[in-house]
Amino acid sequence: MLAVSDLAVRFGGVTALEGVSFGVKPGSITSVIGPNGAGKTTAFNAITGYLRPTGGRVTYEGVALAGLRPSAIARRGIVRTFQKTSVFPALTVEDNVLTGLHLRGTAGVLAVLAGRRRLVAEEWTLVADAAAIIDFVGLAHRRRDAASALPYGEQRLVELAVALAARPRVLLLDEPGAGMTGVEKTVVSGLIRKVRERGVTVLLVEHDMRMVMGISDTVIVLNGGRVIAEGSPAEIQTHPDVIRAYLGASHGSV
Amino acid sequence: MTRAGRWVVAAAALTLPLWIPSAYHLHVAIMAGIFGVLALSLNLLLGYTGQLSLGHAAFFGIGAYTSALLTVKLEWSFWPALAAAIVLAGAAGWFVGRLSLKLRGAYFVLVTISFAGVISLVSVNWIELTNGPLGLPGVPAPGLGPWSLRGKTAYYYLVLAAVGLSYLVCRRLVRSRVGRAFVALRENEALAESIGVDVTHYLVLAAVVSAAMAGLGGSLYAHYTRFVSPEVFLFTYTVTMVIMVVAGGKGTLAGPLVGAVLFTALPEALRAATSWQWQMLAYGVLLVLLVFFMPRGIVPQITASLSGRARSDPASRVRRP
Repeated sequence: MLAVSDLAVRFGGVTALEGVSFGVKPGSITSVIGPNGAGKTTAFNAITGYLRPTGGRVTYEGVALAGLRPSAIARRGIVRTFQKTSVFPALTVEDNVLTGLHLRGTAGVLAVLAGRRRLVAEEWTLVADAAAIIDFVGLAHRRRDAASALPYGEQRLVELAVALAARPRVLLLDEPGAGMTGVEKTVVSGLIRKVRERGVTVLLVEHDMRMVMGISDTVIVLNGGRVIAEGSPAEIQTHPDVIRAYLGASHGSV
Repeated sequence: MTRAGRWVVAAAALTLPLWIPSAYHLHVAIMAGIFGVLALSLNLLLGYTGQLSLGHAAFFGIGAYTSALLTVKLEWSFWPALAAAIVLAGAAGWFVGRLSLKLRGAYFVLVTISFAGVISLVSVNWIELTNGPLGLPGVPAPGLGPWSLRGKTAYYYLVLAAVGLSYLVCRRLVRSRVGRAFVALRENEALAESIGVDVTHYLVLAAVVSAAMAGLGGSLYAHYTRFVSPEVFLFTYTVTMVIMVVAGGKGTLAGPLVGAVLFTALPEALRAATSWQWQMLAYGVLLVLLVFFMPRGIVPQITASLSGRARSDPASRVRRP
């Protein structure tokens, strides 16, 4: 289980996160929501090693993650995506996913230079794996296209495919539905559910409440760098603090 | 390139001494080969990891001096000296790579320039070792068993073998998981880290291989000109390598070789065609025209127009900063 305890991040005098604690149950879909500036992405960055927390602990299965490089955290099975679309732009969709399979390959530099025969077999396995992942996100028809040539929604699917290729045990998705059409969001929600069915724990930052409430087991609400509520979607929707945080004290100003 | 095209190029390169008009032309071919090794080496960093080393002449010079000093002062034979040149240049690459662990872009460029500056000053001022600005004459010609490789034809084949080896190293690397990690660093470093690519490890690795290859070029240069002086560290060498890689097509395997042949032959051709005043001017104009009409480099441009994908592939036209 991924556990965040008393996490704090300060940038100079600005407190982005303060005393944030929550746990992500294995095999669950957990969403982190909150108004803009609540600290959602900061929490993601602190968990995945892109930011060194000022205080607190992040542990996965009892092992502390703080201070590790993002690549080392990924090696432990915790893989994240980014709020802004993040692909390898000049590479084809297939090469994007092959690059994502980095951890699954074993070829070291000496074996590569020696031209070891087993590497050819390994490459073929990786290509087959990549094809399966591309199929899974529904981009088979785009396999040979450069990622940067794809429309926005498909680029986000490429990003998801690259993250899945790293074989995450915990997948952190930072606004996977941002900027997508309704249909595309439905597709992404479906994919997230399927990912979870494969035993991957999903931690999600998302603004689209329909998506969040539709797929989450647990919802965590951040506001002003603190957790103000945690519970099932139904509980959160009626939680007075959450309503206040989102709508202000006097309800009717939507 | 098609398979047939590749065979034609290989056959032409292998038979070159048989049909080339003069020893002078063979000399140009040898220099093109040495620069081919250097351009391949720079391309590994610039073309694949996306990091520009503007101190590449340092690795070239370290290779040249190592080989020269070991053969002149300690009377080593050529082959172990060559190996030492490769190892020492590679170690220098490791040092620079470690030094610039977190530095990218302009800062990486600055570290490499400074490194080259320091090494160059050492070569000028450590007179007991390097003979200072006077340089080291009498670098022996290499031998292979009972044969001397002193003649231009023999040396040509030695250089050709080095080009072939360097090409093979680049090709194997970039077509593997390792090469994909290099490119991931170039394309999107944050994403690369998120999927478990230890970016700094691969940057150091690329720097080591690239520097070692430049050391190979340096050693070949020293034993060809038979003389080494601090001039091997001249910034001009680095700039020439960059021009070759960028004009030929960075991030492609053949590009640096095409660039090396073209930009070794071009100054020579211009020297024959015009007076020296016009020579550099014409060189500059040709370079500007080339960059203007083939901004991606010769090889990618030709490949794209051959496969007709130039229009349907907007990605390859959009350059990232």
